[in-house]
Amino acid sequence: MSDPDITLYRLQACPFCERVVRKLEAYDLDYRSRFVEPMHSDRDVVKRISGKRTVPAMVDEATGVTMSESANIVDYLDRTYGDADETGGAA
Amino acid sequence: MAMGLDFEVVDLPDADHPEAGDQAPDFERPLVDHEYWEDRALSDLTADGPVLLLFHTMDGAFPTTYMWNEVRDRGWGQGESDLQVVGLSISSPYEHKTTIDERGIEDADYRLFSDPQNGVAEEYDIAHDLDGMAGVSEPRPAVFLLDAERVIQYAWVADEWPEFPDYDEVEAAIDDL
Repeated sequence: MSDPDITLYRLQACPFCERVVRKLEAYDLDYRSRFVEPMHSDRDVVKRISGKRTVPAMVDEATGVTMSESANIVDYLDRTYGDADETGGAA
Repeated sequence: MAMGLDFEVVDLPDADHPEAGDQAPDFERPLVDHEYWEDRALSDLTADGPVLLLFHTMDGAFPTTYMWNEVRDRGWGQGESDLQVVGLSISSPYEHKTTIDERGIEDADYRLFSDPQNGVAEEYDIAHDLDGMAGVSEPRPAVFLLDAERVIQYAWVADEWPEFPDYDEVEAAIDDL
């Protein structure tokens, strides 16, 4: 079994993370979840991949993209994996 | 029997657990390291090489503290060894992170599976209902040394409670890999 391209760094019960999860599920994307520390200062792994300690953070190896902030990630998923109809005709 | 000891031990019933030569049952659970946890299958780990799988009592109980201190001090899986050392208990990932910090096993890359519902121990037939803790079942202490095909090279399961692994015997089995 190959690893999924998308890795989501998330915090349990974080609504911004759940927003991203809903979008991943809506587009039926294969992803893996890595749960990190509630304590902001302990989230070194997130800092290392994204430059910031905020979650959600997402890595998409299919496109080489790493990003933070749920609104940015949702936009990215719409643009990259969404149907043209849903994204106002964007390819 | 515990004659001559200054504490009482309890005999545990016979268990039909996997033995050396058997292929260990596969399972998937959250695997915790010092930075995050993610779902991992035992077979994902053995695909990378041999695995020492240590079932232990819940985090915070003294046998768990002593066991990780001993494994750490013996340096299993360190240096040029390709052995991966993983624990498993019913404790949550949050408690496992505390254990990794407090036992100082972060640099050794020892990781712990979290199995609060004790299904893995049931699969291995080593589940143990705890006296005086209603509704709580955990694995009895057990050690399984697996090769890259998940075949058990060495197995030990406690038949008394409490009981500790014979660390010298485990180390000899590791050296024989």
